[in-house]
Amino acid sequence: MGRAHTLRDIAIGCLVVAVLAAIPWMLPGKAFQDFVIRCASMALFATSLNLLVGYTGLSSFGHGLFYGLGTYSFALLMQKTTVSLPLAFLLTLLISAATAVVVGAICIRLRLIYFAFVTLAMQMLAHSVIISWVGLTGGDQGLQGGIPRRVVAGIDLGNQYNLYVFSAAMLVIGLLLMRHIVATTFGTSLRMIRDNETRAAFLGISVWRVKLTVFVLAAVFASAGGMVMSLFVSGAYPELINWPISGDAIFAIVMGGVGSFLGPTVGTMILLLLNDVVTRQTEYYGLALGIIILLFALGLRRGVLDFVTERLGGRPAGGIH
Amino acid sequence: MDLDALLDCVTTSSCVVTQTVSGLIVGMLLFLVAAGLTLIFGVLKIVNFAHGTFYMLGAYLAYSVFVGTGSYVLGVLAGGAGMAVFGVVFERFLIRRVYGANVLMQLLICYAVVLICDDLVKIVWGPDFRAMGMPPEFQVPPFFIAGGVVPPFYLVLIAVTLLIGGALGLGLGLTRVGKTIRAAAINPDMVSALGINTTLLYSMVFAVGGMLAGLAGGLAAPVRSLTPGMGFSILIESFIVTVIGGMGSIAGALIAAVVLGLIRSFGTIGFPLFTEGLMYIAMIIILVVKPSGLFGKEIV
Repeated sequence: MGRAHTLRDIAIGCLVVAVLAAIPWMLPGKAFQDFVIRCASMALFATSLNLLVGYTGLSSFGHGLFYGLGTYSFALLMQKTTVSLPLAFLLTLLISAATAVVVGAICIRLRLIYFAFVTLAMQMLAHSVIISWVGLTGGDQGLQGGIPRRVVAGIDLGNQYNLYVFSAAMLVIGLLLMRHIVATTFGTSLRMIRDNETRAAFLGISVWRVKLTVFVLAAVFASAGGMVMSLFVSGAYPELINWPISGDAIFAIVMGGVGSFLGPTVGTMILLLLNDVVTRQTEYYGLALGIIILLFALGLRRGVLDFVTERLGGRPAGGIH
Repeated sequence: MDLDALLDCVTTSSCVVTQTVSGLIVGMLLFLVAAGLTLIFGVLKIVNFAHGTFYMLGAYLAYSVFVGTGSYVLGVLAGGAGMAVFGVVFERFLIRRVYGANVLMQLLICYAVVLICDDLVKIVWGPDFRAMGMPPEFQVPPFFIAGGVVPPFYLVLIAVTLLIGGALGLGLGLTRVGKTIRAAAINPDMVSALGINTTLLYSMVFAVGGMLAGLAGGLAAPVRSLTPGMGFSILIESFIVTVIGGMGSIAGALIAAVVLGLIRSFGTIGFPLFTEGLMYIAMIIILVVKPSGLFGKEIV
């Protein structure tokens, strides 16, 4: 992908943010803004997971660890220290990266199903620590008390509209960065490892180092998504680091399509829309969602966006089918 | 953290007995669920994420039959038989379609089944806790062993699960079907080429796995409260058991289940809020030291 493509992507990104920023002037009401904020947080998280699953072939079940870590580190830094919001943001990214180096070093030498379970165990371990360390984290009540000092460069993120534009911008910046990562030679190494690890090693790629690097990068983006959520809910809650959060991300990328860069974002929108529509219609959310998943999974057997690209372009989407 | 309480407990015989027995029943129930899980994985290379649902449905089925007929034995058998049938249906109509597909697709299918069954249970049995209570034949005074209280039902439960585990081990080791199943775990193409109906074999493996989980559910019903989400926690724990024991190894599952049960029962005294954390730590340590689990084969 050349410079022209990069510029085109950046232009599209700016356009998306501009359009989103304009929408509330025509469509007042908080529901849409809430939806976009949640979507931005979750889509960052899901796309970062797809760096592992779709691009590298690392099926992590515990990626929610870094999402939850993002919410907790950020909220704790804001509450217990006096650092400014941007600094807390950067520190949180660093904390996540450092944690990911340790967790990744332990996990990535395991294969397939074992990798999946150890990552899940790591996440559940973090969840147990948060539940039991009541003094610091508030235990199962979550971290309450709100997030102070939300004004950044004169913009008050406590204001719903500002937070909404901020989240949209975060999503677009995150997606552009990840898009750039998969387009570099490093991204090519990832796909090569996914398709044939032995050959990649023979060609001189340091498989272990590349895997660890992408694990850390994915963790950083996931925690950025977590911070958006932390600002949205004004705190951090154990549900944000519990296993279903990883389940949601897996659901989003499989539904949206692991072979398309925007698949996880589309999947996130489907998931949140389903969530909102179904919970309004029936108390049996699981029943309805389960049936829809079965229809999708058994009918399409691939993500929505992969299905569409295959139909339109005749190009079989890459990925892990 | 309460290390003094833990120290007090391990130095008192009554506490040791009580906690060991309660750890053993947790372990034995886990073993039944994990044995099915590991069997299915060993033969079909499928991780059945819906296995906890089998356990839950088995428990509810046993509960209803017990309430209807008054016979606990009948209830447990119904739980086992019902889940054997459910396992076959599940394999035939859902899982068979995603053999060879990505593990995440299999996960998604199972996740859907879990969601559906949890809600169906809510519709049929209501969203609240249900308690079966101790069946009348076991409402007898407890034994006292070295000062520790041991309800007779616990001993029956341990004996029955050991019996089932033994039958499973012998069945797999000595009978013709068992040998075929083991052969299919090693090389399904060869087994199929020898004229054995592997399609039928796979259904059978799911039937056995479902039956074990259903029996576990029925056996657990008197000592556990029944809730629509009860499948999940046992699922996570039985995964830990299969992973620690080595995926595909039934002996490994037994040992890991007992160890985990004991960690649980003694852990609740020393680390009341961190019991689950202990189990995860155990799993991480085992996998880091021996990535294929205690008894797993070195193929990955």
